[in-house]
Amino acid sequence: MLNFLLSRLLTFIPTFIGVTLISFSFIRVLPGDPIIVMAGERGMSEERYNELRAQFGFDQPLFSQYWDYMTGVLQGDLGTSFVTKKPVFDEFFALFPATLELSLCAITLAILLGIPAGVIAAINRGKFFDRALMSSALVGYSMPIFWWALLMIIVFSGILGWTPVSGRISLMFYFDDVTGFMLIDSLLSGQAGAFKSAVSHLVLPTIVLATIPLAVIARQTRSAMLEVLGEDYIRTARAKGLPPSRITYVHALRNALIPVITVIGLLVGTLLAGAILTETIFSWPGIGKWMVDSIYRRDYPVVQGGLMLIAVMVMVVNLTVDLLYGLINPKIRKS
Amino acid sequence: MAETTLSVERPGRLKEFWYYFRENRGAVIGLYVFIGVFFVAVFAPWLAPYDPTEQFREHLLQPPAWQEGGSWAYALGTDALGRDLLSRLIHGARFSFFVGVVVVVIATTGGITIGLLAGFAPKWLDTIIMRLMDVILAFPSLLLALVLVAVLGPSLMNAVIAIAIVLQPHYVRLTRAAVISERHKDYVTSAKVAGAGRFRMMFITVLPNCLAPIIVQAALSFSNAILDVAALGFLGMGAQPPTPEWGTMLAEAREFILRAWWVVTFPGLAILITVLAINLMGDGLRDALDPKLKRS
Repeated sequence: MLNFLLSRLLTFIPTFIGVTLISFSFIRVLPGDPIIVMAGERGMSEERYNELRAQFGFDQPLFSQYWDYMTGVLQGDLGTSFVTKKPVFDEFFALFPATLELSLCAITLAILLGIPAGVIAAINRGKFFDRALMSSALVGYSMPIFWWALLMIIVFSGILGWTPVSGRISLMFYFDDVTGFMLIDSLLSGQAGAFKSAVSHLVLPTIVLATIPLAVIARQTRSAMLEVLGEDYIRTARAKGLPPSRITYVHALRNALIPVITVIGLLVGTLLAGAILTETIFSWPGIGKWMVDSIYRRDYPVVQGGLMLIAVMVMVVNLTVDLLYGLINPKIRKS
Repeated sequence: MAETTLSVERPGRLKEFWYYFRENRGAVIGLYVFIGVFFVAVFAPWLAPYDPTEQFREHLLQPPAWQEGGSWAYALGTDALGRDLLSRLIHGARFSFFVGVVVVVIATTGGITIGLLAGFAPKWLDTIIMRLMDVILAFPSLLLALVLVAVLGPSLMNAVIAIAIVLQPHYVRLTRAAVISERHKDYVTSAKVAGAGRFRMMFITVLPNCLAPIIVQAALSFSNAILDVAALGFLGMGAQPPTPEWGTMLAEAREFILRAWWVVTFPGLAILITVLAINLMGDGLRDALDPKLKRS
């Protein structure tokens, strides 16, 4: 196990360096001068151009720029935003709870609906339920979620008037940040209606963000269940006369869940990509919207730092899933 | 995607392929819809009643024909600038097809070549290539594409290039995995003994036997490419207005969502139907080409 752990950690380091190299080089190596782009159509004088170049260190050789950047990164300094003049690192962690709250709600919804849907489809293989569930899953999987979000707004906010269109909570309420999670903070504040407001703001973004993960989990659960249900030990359990529900939910599902858990781990990237669109549409103040806004504003330190932090986060989650998987499944550990 | 399959399979296997593919009713429906969209894309200028950028100033935000205030002159209604929605949707099919084809071509040729290289290369080179792919895969694909386009400058072509780069590592991994499982089989050894050169080994001996998962992945990336480019267009980083690209149309329609449901509904529906048809086909391809994966 220790060997497995070490070898995984060792591959983490070069990937981390690669990630910093990519987010570093985006601005500097690719065609297109960030300063000219920043100036936009108005253009800028030669002195101002040189001044800005010096300010960002673009006049230094690439290697020494990277060295400076990395020294900063390792000390938790990712530069400061052009627009807000705040450190990128602080901004990221101030906005991160909003994205985490939304993503956790979405993945929970996806798991709670996706796994039962997959199991029901598998035990009714080829019958009506299976077809209906798997067709819906394929539609969900093919869904352009930015359009799905707009449709939800039309129906639930426009026609029915049930939910607000944007933000995390109604402006009527104000309370201190304790955990950063609006659901918990609104409860802690003790203000009447605050929790309800937070929930109603959260519902639509959660459904939208959960759509693709839900479809992926349902499809994966179904195929894993079908595979497991064909195994000899299931036949033995049947022969022993165990009740079918016990066989399905205790014997089969436990083993079928292993690949499903891996897939859930891999969905982190999908969730973050989805968060970019979902947060933009619902004006949800998380890192997805922050990245898109920074790209529009050409706030390069934020784009560069945010890109790196997000990638590192995805890597850490994938590594954790890998390690957990190794813990559950000795076959992986040994190979 | 079916076309590519046909050319690589031998006649006997083609029949066999069609036999299994036909079993899956969804896949066949998907194929017909896909062919339909393809024809719409090819013959767009003849099918569309109007020019997609022509503005009818007296008919701003006119609802579809069956709703009160609509007329059959503009069957699906008009947008905020008085452009005929149906004509724009028909022309939009061209962009989605273009995007899908170009992305798949760039990503497969690049990915297969790099994957073959990695599979046959000495260990150190293989490690470098695979770590590099891990790095690209560490970024959420849409975010990476978004930043790439922001740096290159927003345009449809740059969006296509960015998406192709982001999708490429999947092909590298698939090809390499397939090559490694094939490399030690007897037929490869015999080709080596018979004196086949390195390139012949890679592209003629081994590659044809690795194609099945790659073809399935190609169908998947075709639909992913359409979705991602539409998403980039929606965020203002893909095709630029007045291009009738479906995602860009949605972005322009956003401010009218509570007033004119049709400008929002139809472009999204077009994306969904096209992507769904391709994914249905992809499932059928997977079942027909790879009996090992046969699950649904």
